[in-house]
This record gives sequence, C-alpha cells and structure tokens, in this order.
Amino acid sequence: MRKVYTRPRLLKRVPFHYCPGCGHSVVHRVMTELIDEMNLGDRIIGIPPPGCSVFAYHYFDVDMAESAHGRGAAVATGIKRAFPEAIVFTYQGDGDLAAIGTAETIHAANRGERITAIFINNAVYGMTGGQMAPTTLSDQVTTTTPYGRDTKIEGYPIRMSEIVALIRGAVYIERTAVNSPANIRKTKKAIRKAFQAQIDDLGFSLVEILSPCPTNWRMTPLESWQWIDKVMTKEFPLGVIKDITGKNDAD
Amino acid sequence: MSGNSTIGEAAIRAGCQCYFGYPITPQNELTEYMAAHLGRKKGCSFIQAESEIAAINMVYGASLVGARAMTSSSSPGISLKQEGISYLAACELPAVIVNMSRGGPGLGSISASQSDYFQATRGGGHGDYRTIVLAPSSGQELADLTHRAFDLADKYQIPVIILGDGMLGQMMEPVEFKHEAPEELPIRGNALRGAKGRPSRIIKTFTSKPTELEEINWSLFRRYQLIRKEETAFETFLVEDAKLIVVAFGIAARIAKGAIKNARTNGMRVGMLRPVTLWPFPSEKVKELAKRTRHFLVFEMNMGQMIEDVQLALEGKGEVSFYGRPGGVIPTPSEVLRVVSRLYHQKGLESGK
Repeated sequence: MRKVYTRPRLLKRVPFHYCPGCGHSVVHRVMTELIDEMNLGDRIIGIPPPGCSVFAYHYFDVDMAESAHGRGAAVATGIKRAFPEAIVFTYQGDGDLAAIGTAETIHAANRGERITAIFINNAVYGMTGGQMAPTTLSDQVTTTTPYGRDTKIEGYPIRMSEIVALIRGAVYIERTAVNSPANIRKTKKAIRKAFQAQIDDLGFSLVEILSPCPTNWRMTPLESWQWIDKVMTKEFPLGVIKDITGKNDAD
Repeated sequence: MSGNSTIGEAAIRAGCQCYFGYPITPQNELTEYMAAHLGRKKGCSFIQAESEIAAINMVYGASLVGARAMTSSSSPGISLKQEGISYLAACELPAVIVNMSRGGPGLGSISASQSDYFQATRGGGHGDYRTIVLAPSSGQELADLTHRAFDLADKYQIPVIILGDGMLGQMMEPVEFKHEAPEELPIRGNALRGAKGRPSRIIKTFTSKPTELEEINWSLFRRYQLIRKEETAFETFLVEDAKLIVVAFGIAARIAKGAIKNARTNGMRVGMLRPVTLWPFPSEKVKELAKRTRHFLVFEMNMGQMIEDVQLALEGKGEVSFYGRPGGVIPTPSEVLRVVSRLYHQKGLESGK
C-alpha cells in the first residue's frame, strides 16, 4: 500500500497548543514538510515572533530563536550577514510585520536581504486577546474596535504585501490562504518559491498567508474558513503580487 | 588617532565580524571607520541600519550565530537600543555596545556628558539583568578596553557596554594597538548554525512557567556574582596618604587627575579612585580606602549618579561630597581644583591630623 500522508519528519511530536481551527498549525505543518522536502533542515534558522506562534520553536525541529516584537527582519538580517550559508526565515503576525515592525520589514526588503518572511495575516492581535491589527477590516469588531473599525478614526486595513512589492530589493511576494485544501497547497508552493529565491541569492521574499483565528473572530472553524473567502480576500486578494525571480513556472 | 576611530580599529583587531550602526553625533567617526575598514573585509559585515533598534537587533542576530558583533551610538540612540540589550542579556548572548554619551535628557546636546551612568549600570532595559560596563578615560584605554570588552562578552556570554563620551570620541591621541586581528575565531559552541549532525537548538527566554524564568534569573544572578568577584577593575592615584579622595570615572577622572596634581603641589594630600568597571562597581576598594581616608569627593559630569554607588559602598563610614556639571558642560581642571581646595579647607584637612 502506498503511504500518501504522514507526519512531517521536522514537526516535533508534541501536541499543538493552538486553538481548534487556528491557521498556525496548518502553516507549521506545511513549512516543516517543505523544509524537509527541500533538504534545508540542517541549515535553516527560524525566527518566530512574540504572539501565539512564539511557541513555533516547540514544533519546528530546526534551529530557532525568539525575537522582540517587530524586529524579526533585523534579527534575520544579522543572522544572514554573519552566516550567509544559512537559510533564514521570520515567522511574523500582522501586528508584528505591519505595525511595530514596518520599518525593519521595509528596510530589510530594500537592502534585498536574502531572507524570507512568512507573514500570518489574521486581522487581529491573537495572543493578547483579539485587539485591532493594522490589517483589521473596515467595520470589523475587535476588542479595541468594539463598534467596528471606523476608517475615519482607526484608518484602513494596510496592504503590506503591496507596499513591500514596490521595493526593489523584494523579488518574490505572494498572498495565499490556508482555508481550503487547494489554498493550503498553493501556500506550500508559494513558500517553496520564496525559499528558492533566497537559495538563488536573488533578494527578499515574503509570503502573506490569510489565516483563520476562530477564537478571536468569535466564529466556528468552518465559519472562519468561509469568512476568509467571503470577506477577507476582498480586501486582501490572493495571488502572486510580485515575482522578478525569472522562474515563472507554467502551472 | 581619534577616540572613535581607535574603538573601530581595536574592535577589528579583536575579531569583530559585524558592525551595525545608525548615525548620531558624537560617535559618527566610529560608524564611518567601520564602513571603511570592516565593510569590505572577508567574512565581515557592515550595515548602516534604518534605526538604532534595527541595529541592535542585527547585533542580536549575528550573536545568535556566533559572530563577534558590535554596535555604537550616543545617549538618545542608546535609549532605543535598550530593548535589544535586554533580549541579549536574557538569551545570554555576547555583544559589545558603545555609548559615546552626550548631554541629556531628551535630545539634549551633542557635548560630552556622563548622565547615562544609571542607565548603563542598572541594566538599562526591562527585566532583572546587568551588563558589564567599562569606562575608558584615554585613547589608549579605549583601545585596550574595546579589546577586553569582546573577550569579556564571550567569556561570560553577556552584553558589554563601553561607556565613553563625546570628548573621548573626538580627542586625538597616540595609541598603541597590542593585538593583530585574528585569522579566524572559533565558533561559539552554543551558536545557531543549523541543526547539522546535532539536535535542533532553541535560543529564547519566553516561558509560560514563572518557575522556569525564575531559574533563568538565578542563573544570570550567579554569573553576575562571579563577574563581581573576578572582573572588578579600578585605578588608584596617590591614595596612600590621602586625606581626601576624589572618585571619578572616564573623562572626568582625566580632568580630576590634573586638579589633583596641582593640589599636591599646593601641599594638599588628595588622591583619586577611578572605577574602570562601573558595573561591577569597586565597592570593596571604596570600603578599604575608607579605613584610612574619611573624606570623599565624587566628581561627575552629571547631577550625581555614581555617588549613589559610593554611598552604598561606604555604608555611612565616610563623608561624601559631590561636584557635578550636567548638560554637556565640560569642567576644567582649575575649576575642579577650586572645589577640591574649598572642601579641603572646609573640612579642616590641612591641619596635619
């Protein structure tokens, strides 16, 4: 009998602490599978953020170090400059990458740092209890926008991937989601391309992943999957935003 | 050679592989020196970062993978680096941070000041930690202590602060470098280099268990106790028969030395204690001096910060006076001499007791 599904070798054998329906565990699975497939396990270094996914280092069986909130791109820069043989990724939330760490992200991209940012966009601050994120949608209710995000007062959901795409040092940017088997497969493919851009020494790469947070969205896991399709992707359209790697494959 | 360039050359000769900085006066010559001399060196990296915060986090990243890394700034920029210094201390990572300090608070002035003593010696950022703080007072010492800073950082896996000031950075002095840059440094055993032929490794402090974090704090504390015991450094000057001892560090000690020499020619028995490590502070030496000398004059270019450490060390067993000039004002030796003479007479020390 052919084995079609197995636990990734680089995913540690410990239960996830994530809430039911959370996107982090899916992304962790996809990434550990990919790191193994690309044979990067012995030279990859990951930088998880403060937030729910701070514990990513309990799940990824690769070298990892914590970063201060928002500083992932700077930490990754230091790692890559001091140890260029490493493949370096940051794993960052929307508050991390698109609010407090905007400067670090933009300038790492602008220097064309050979690092990869995995950007989890769930439109809220998860671990702190569901406050407004820079990516919170218009009218979305969070604990700090109890009447819904009023764009006149709280500003607009920020499209960070599109901003970074304007930067010359960024070579590959794609927005995906983990709300369906098809989208999960696309996410894995996008991360593969992002890592490949780094391996090929081309520049900065970023994959934004729309990721469900049923707990803070006050939804069931299924409703949160549907909400990504019906609401979130209208503000944050899926697809390749920038690809100047010169490796556009046909499929 | 200017003090700032001296630090740069000494750092390169200590095997510094990475320098990340952000412009701020009065330390720009150091950043420029590293751009010119480290940036194109094989296996080395120089980045003019987008902010002091980014720079210290790049240092953190380089230290994670085992490189000797340095950043430098001046007071307002050092405030921004405190977050990163706290993380370095927490994760037990070596790094060298240079503060060529200037007048504060706020944007302050670009002139030399010593008003960052508290910030440097009390940890500076959040959490219960210390950094080793070295206070050079001459060009030669900038070179020697920069080299020592890298060694201490590696030996104790701790961030080391070099607390200079704007004047030391700008002064031109002849310097002898005692070391050649090493060909290659060994990679620190606990560095992240990818999980090749070994289990994967995590460098972090965050935990949901307070008792785990308590143990980390105890482990740091034990190391700090060891550093106190092994690494406290100071210079004494004419203290043997002194009736009044001036306590001063860095450039203030240099100024005080001139005043003390003149006081001696005027027949006043004045000496000096100069802490070279501000943390650990030479408290034992202060106690020992207090057995023979009752009067201490703390002289700082601030409103009185190190004086608290002197008072703590004395435990009331001596009389402490203070003279300070804050805000970037640089006092002259003759000004300090006037203060010393007045105090000497007020306390009746010339009476030959």
